[in-house]
Amino acid sequence: MKILLARIVLVFGLIFSFTAIAVTKTDDSFGNKNTEVRFRNLVKDIRCMVCQNQTLLDSKAPLAVDLRREILAMIDQGKSDKEIINFLVERYGDFVLYNPPLKSSTILLWFGPLLFLLIGLVTVIVLVARRRNAAEETITAAERSKLDKLLSDCDKD
Amino acid sequence: MKKKWSAYVLFLLPLLVLFVVLGFLAVGLTLDKTKVPSPLIGKLAPAFTLPTVFNPDKTITFSKLKGKPVVFNVWASWCVSCRQEHRFLEKLAHLSIAKACGKPTAERNKRRLVGLYGLNYKDQRDAAQGFLKRLGNPYIASAHDLAGRVGIDWGVYAVPETFVVDKKGFVRYKYIGPINDVVIERELIPLLCKLDQEP
Repeated sequence: MKILLARIVLVFGLIFSFTAIAVTKTDDSFGNKNTEVRFRNLVKDIRCMVCQNQTLLDSKAPLAVDLRREILAMIDQGKSDKEIINFLVERYGDFVLYNPPLKSSTILLWFGPLLFLLIGLVTVIVLVARRRNAAEETITAAERSKLDKLLSDCDKD
Repeated sequence: MKKKWSAYVLFLLPLLVLFVVLGFLAVGLTLDKTKVPSPLIGKLAPAFTLPTVFNPDKTITFSKLKGKPVVFNVWASWCVSCRQEHRFLEKLAHLSIAKACGKPTAERNKRRLVGLYGLNYKDQRDAAQGFLKRLGNPYIASAHDLAGRVGIDWGVYAVPETFVVDKKGFVRYKYIGPINDVVIERELIPLLCKLDQEP
């Protein structure tokens, strides 16, 4: 049992050690701390086009290495974040951004969840209202007398 | 009576939702997420001047390649799919307008349909030369982009990639991945014949 536990810990340790390496190991050198923070914030929201579920910060694809170098060079040249993002979007399209811009083609993406929430809310409100109406339903005088008759018949038995 | 109708709706609604979800899944499965539409289409082709693969002293300036539609193919000797598409590039390079577009005009008879140029992406010069010497050279010329900087300007991320640029220098089409007969027949030839008609 103890050996099994140790093995499990080892396996998990090995699995997560790779992600630790992937996150910490970048091949870029920074002149100062501010540049590094800006660089990391910028690059973590950009998709690596080669391995599309990785960010540009994590990826070790040759293109990602080249693009990190380009971005660092642009920061050193005094370009703004917006200019750098424009540079990437002009070349690779909006797909390169993990944070997609709000435009006509992305309206469903941005407001789809809200739409579903609204549909859910309306459904709940309608159901509750209907149930309340059903509970408040009253019986007519004719129905009342019929009911009384039935009940008295039961008493006789 | 009314109650019966609403019961049917309640019964059919989950089925309807199921079909909508299935529809989304079917579309999602057939989409190829690795093929992202290029934002370059409709824009002026990114300018560059690079040395050629065979002669480091000779340069290609892309903006000067005007007057005839250009097919611009990004390739590398290390790229396996490039080897696969190579024979189709040879075929494309040798197509004449008369043969491809069905216009047997005498003066047009011998004119080639396209100017095929290459961008040799992040490759060693001797390896690239060896590749073309072994397999044949379909390109009028190939630019040697050792650093991959021109590749970035063209938004290259999955070699091979094939662009079509019109006579005025605007990017009109991009294909990601190795081209083949189907791509040539169904996409490239119709587009190139159309571009040939444009002023």
